[in-house]
Amino acid sequence: MRLEPRESVSFWLVLLAPVGAIGVALVLTSGLIMWTGESVFEAYGHLLKGAFGSRFALTETLTRATPLMLTGLAAAVAFRARFWNIGAEGQLYCGALAATYLGTGLVTLHPTLMIPLLFVGGALAGGVVLLLPVYLKSKLSVDEVVTTLLLNFIILLFVNYLLEGPLRDPMSMGWPQAAAIIDEGVLPRIMEKSRLHLGFIIGVISAVMVWFVMRFTIWGYEIRAVGHNPSAATFAGISINLTVLRVALISGGLAGFAGVTEVAGLKGYLTLDLSPGFGYAGIAVAMLANLHPLGVIASAIFLAGIYVGADSMSRAVNIPNYIADVMVAVSVLAVLVSLMLTQYRVRVR
Amino acid sequence: MSDLLEIFLTAGFWAATIRIACPLILGTIGELICERAGVLNLGIEGIMTIGAMSGWMWVYQGGDLWTGLMFAAFIGALFGLLHSLFAVHLGLSQHVSGIGITMLASSLSFFVFRMMLPSSTTPPKIVPFRPINIPGLSDMPFFGEAIFSHTPMTYFCFAVVPVVIYVLYRTPVGLAVRMAGENPMAVEAQGINVLTVRTAAVATGSAFMAVGGAYLTMSAFDAFYFGMINGRGWICVALVIFASWRPGKALLGALLFAGLDAMQVRAQQFTGGLIPYQFFLMLPYVLSIAAMIVMARRAQYPKALLIPFRRGERI
Repeated sequence: MRLEPRESVSFWLVLLAPVGAIGVALVLTSGLIMWTGESVFEAYGHLLKGAFGSRFALTETLTRATPLMLTGLAAAVAFRARFWNIGAEGQLYCGALAATYLGTGLVTLHPTLMIPLLFVGGALAGGVVLLLPVYLKSKLSVDEVVTTLLLNFIILLFVNYLLEGPLRDPMSMGWPQAAAIIDEGVLPRIMEKSRLHLGFIIGVISAVMVWFVMRFTIWGYEIRAVGHNPSAATFAGISINLTVLRVALISGGLAGFAGVTEVAGLKGYLTLDLSPGFGYAGIAVAMLANLHPLGVIASAIFLAGIYVGADSMSRAVNIPNYIADVMVAVSVLAVLVSLMLTQYRVRVR
Repeated sequence: MSDLLEIFLTAGFWAATIRIACPLILGTIGELICERAGVLNLGIEGIMTIGAMSGWMWVYQGGDLWTGLMFAAFIGALFGLLHSLFAVHLGLSQHVSGIGITMLASSLSFFVFRMMLPSSTTPPKIVPFRPINIPGLSDMPFFGEAIFSHTPMTYFCFAVVPVVIYVLYRTPVGLAVRMAGENPMAVEAQGINVLTVRTAAVATGSAFMAVGGAYLTMSAFDAFYFGMINGRGWICVALVIFASWRPGKALLGALLFAGLDAMQVRAQQFTGGLIPYQFFLMLPYVLSIAAMIVMARRAQYPKALLIPFRRGERI
């Protein structure tokens, strides 16, 4: 078996490859469903219905897609520059911490100022976390994968400490949770009788803005150049360290946004189960979208659909909802292979 | 302070250090084998999880402990082969493929565990490896408890290191593995297939990782919990850097690390709640980052690490 680079790649191939890959992934996971003894079509039917089958299901899926979109963007921006930020989970919690600090009575402003304040604070907190990994990467060439990953555990323990100590709401009856965000800071609902909140629109706008920056600005050009070929970028006079710092701040800021949307939009107060791994799922979102900011919107909604649909599927038929994580993982690997096959063709001799 | 020093004089501390070190030793050695061949394996966290689950499940279903370890190693090697299909044969980004493997392996472990034991509120238990009594040695004061009353699997973990050192530095196979990580073109010039060498190294390394995970469920504890690995895999990746890609130093690093971990548990009792326990739990992760900072300048990483090898393409 050998790989040959394709001379020309048609646009349709690039667009259809991920779709085909997801089809393959669904076929592969149906093996697991058969093992559970349930009917594959029935199971997928329940999943589809639970994700998109009703107004309630759809709004729940879009609500779940909100943080995924933001952490997905965080990963997409960083991976474009080959800065492997695997720490979105920790940065999300830092954003949520900042929102809790600012939004639980420290300041009281009109909502038009209060909500932007929370987002700015969350983004700063998310970005600051990455200063250490960026410094270590550029000065000591310490691998950022491991530092950002390990910081997740440190931050989660720190949040745990704060929730059991200084930040614990005295009215919480002993539960480790922080005080509620004040009314001025709560993100308004954008659809009646649903949990869908302003955060979704902010996620979509962020995606469009990131796409614009990456596509049409000098910063975006520099980020892509550093990702494609660092030595060529240096030769062209681009400072790699500065670009990586910029990427890290944008990436951490987006993950911080996700923390703000969850605290101020969905839950209302900070707990330790604020994020069931949105930071890690964001990596899958970015990979499914081939790191394209606009693709992130679609892939976040797709992944959210799998998660929400699998929950309702596991209630309807006897299949553990961990199947959702398996489906996501298989889809990610299948999409990776399919995207490579758009660049290379396999020759079997 | 004298309280802290007294910790070192208790045999229990040294026994705990050895126990904590075992999964780290196997994980670090496994990652090291992959990286010496030029392939970063970020699947380690997931492979350790599925090793812990599959070895335990084998015994729970009535299998024998040692064949359970072999089963865990076999499952680990399978995921290693999957990683090398993506990262070695198809030349995909090693970071991305590894993270995908971790996602797949850990979600599969949880799914299979839930599927086979649908409604277990208290985690079911197996009879794990028991400490063996070495005549004469185990009865020695202090050393008997600290060193000579461990499970057979614990001694296995330590025995792995000299074997790996021998194979890596004293055999043609080890030379091929190290060359594949330094200069794959030179390997190819010798008529050895780089892709085969890398595949074999990643599969072997992954098998070690899986057995390292299985140590937790089959020797240290007797049950499988979700979130059991809890970042141990990532710590192993940091330890490989700390060890500067040398197996002997990896053993020392794992022991040092385990010692500090065993100490923080005991030190918690002396601070009398002045320092919240979360800060003690943070220590392993903080230390891993610190260890990488200390060794970063001296790290001699394999030259071809992260670079996919495609025949006929210039690197």
